[in-house]
Amino acid sequence: MNPLIVGEDIWKVYRVGDVEVQALRGVSVTIEQGEFVAIMGSSGSGKSTLMNILGCLDQPTKGQYRLNGVEVGQLRPDQLAEIRNQQIGFVFQSFNLIPRTSALENAQLPLFYRGLSLKEQRTLASAALQRVGLKGREHHSPTQLSGGQQQRVAIARALVTSPSLLLADEPTGNLDTESSQDIMGILEGLNRDGMTVILVTHEVDIAAYASREIVVKDGQILSDRATKGRSQVVGA
Amino acid sequence: MLAFVWLTVITALRVLGRNRLRAGLTMLGIIIGVGAVIAMVSIGEGAKQAVQKQIATMGTNVIMIWPSYMTIGGVRGAQGGAVTLTVADALELKKRIPILSETGWLIRSTMQIVNGNRNWNGPVHGVSPSYVTIRDWSFSSGGSFTQTDMESAARVALLGQTVVENIFEPGEEPVGAIIRIKNVPFRVIGVLSPKGQSVQGSDQDDVVFIPFTTAERKVFGTLFLGSVGGVFVSTERTEDLVDAAEQIRQVMRARHRLQGEQPDDFTIRTQVEIGKVQEGTSETLTVMLMIIASVSLLVGGIGIMNILLVSVTERTREIGIRMAVGAKRFHILIQFLIEALTLSVVGGCIGILFGVLAARLTTVIAGWPTIISSDTVAVAFVFSVVVGLFFGLYPANKAARLNPIDALRYE
Repeated sequence: MNPLIVGEDIWKVYRVGDVEVQALRGVSVTIEQGEFVAIMGSSGSGKSTLMNILGCLDQPTKGQYRLNGVEVGQLRPDQLAEIRNQQIGFVFQSFNLIPRTSALENAQLPLFYRGLSLKEQRTLASAALQRVGLKGREHHSPTQLSGGQQQRVAIARALVTSPSLLLADEPTGNLDTESSQDIMGILEGLNRDGMTVILVTHEVDIAAYASREIVVKDGQILSDRATKGRSQVVGA
Repeated sequence: MLAFVWLTVITALRVLGRNRLRAGLTMLGIIIGVGAVIAMVSIGEGAKQAVQKQIATMGTNVIMIWPSYMTIGGVRGAQGGAVTLTVADALELKKRIPILSETGWLIRSTMQIVNGNRNWNGPVHGVSPSYVTIRDWSFSSGGSFTQTDMESAARVALLGQTVVENIFEPGEEPVGAIIRIKNVPFRVIGVLSPKGQSVQGSDQDDVVFIPFTTAERKVFGTLFLGSVGGVFVSTERTEDLVDAAEQIRQVMRARHRLQGEQPDDFTIRTQVEIGKVQEGTSETLTVMLMIIASVSLLVGGIGIMNILLVSVTERTREIGIRMAVGAKRFHILIQFLIEALTLSVVGGCIGILFGVLAARLTTVIAGWPTIISSDTVAVAFVFSVVVGLFFGLYPANKAARLNPIDALRYE
């Protein structure tokens, strides 16, 4: 089986005024399907930039990035949008739900842009909400839900399209310990069912859920090693 | 695609419903603009049709020839102050200009009209029978007089509606009655159908017609036999009016022996000319309405653009989320365009409603005729759609061109 992600010598250079910022300086990474990877690093290390590129929200200045064998670097914005819609699910630190819109409608959103019929959208979104344990809360708006529940809606939205890649950017950053464990448990379960999960975090105990740990510093990969991974521990 | 548009419309309505006051104030510009246009165009159309009706009461393809001022030794006399137009002129015109289909003439005076113990002071016209035909008078009872009545100077009269109302009891039959005009007894043989106001604003139904010969010989006591107050001619086709008017001028100048630079001693007016004067007035009005409409729609459109720009800024993060889960530029563009369209179309519809209401009220309260044509309403609707599209395009495009990362990070 081909690797899901192949990044070769990825550079990302920004210009802020007259200053040139090298956010990524030659990152090469390969991630197989079904992996659970934690990308770690302090703020300013380039891990967010890397995640934006891996999530097709951004494109490398130099280097190659192939997702499922497709070279992403030269695609137009609308083609990137289509890849995000088909292949990637996002979970953000600040949940990023659409305000004053029900949990169900939030979870439907990717399907809406995929052009499915309203009935299909509802069926799939309900199933996704059920999967994250929010059955019965379909018609609650984000303000009526706790932080942990909001993040679950976000996860439901990310998995509703059955993407090949789930990207979680500090998913527990705004949550208390108990909710954090819940959320990580859900991600773990999704990975166990075969979904590739990439987790961006700076918390060691959250990264411990993953089976591989990539540390980024100053725009380069400092270390890339397999860890025991809690899932393996639990599985064993 | 249909599901997408439908859901987007619902989303737009929900967003606008959340900010009802804001949406209402934004729509106000369009509401007032469209409402004002509908109301004013309705009033304008009503006035135009009223004038056209008045012009039509003159008859069909009519040319009028009036005696003009005579200048004697530098002193300008009153119009019709001299004998410059005669029956002979009228007959000559008919003989010399074949495109004229009818030729009639009249002489006018104001006299006391008496029936029993009631009397009325009003205009009495001595006319040729053809005059009644040229002016398209019809009869509510009885009929016109004939060439024989004319030749024998018969004492017969046709009464206008106003005269009938003033000298007859309600329900009394005028036809067959004997009235006296300046103490000369006349038999009423016809009552004219009402025509209403003339273009100049006088009551056309306040009139009594008697044969021309009877008038000049038995009632008016004319100084010069054959002198007339006006000649009316008509042509078969409207296109011939201008040509006919020019030919009339040539014939008249020759008959009156006017040399080179001498001014005409008569005035020629065609129905078309009078219509044009009125059309000119209503065209000025239309242009002014268009300017008012454009300005208010422009103001309304800018209001929509303004509020949409605010909305795009407020919802930058939402746009980022939508892009992250796979919204293409086109989707974002359509979403905001539909929001702009919803504002302008709902505003336009309310405006149409207000405009129609205002026009109705004008008719009821001020009594002005108004015409609400479906064309006006359709044009107003199309305009509000166009305004929404035009002024929504810039903010919508701005939203669609956002970078997803920047949008997601926007606080």
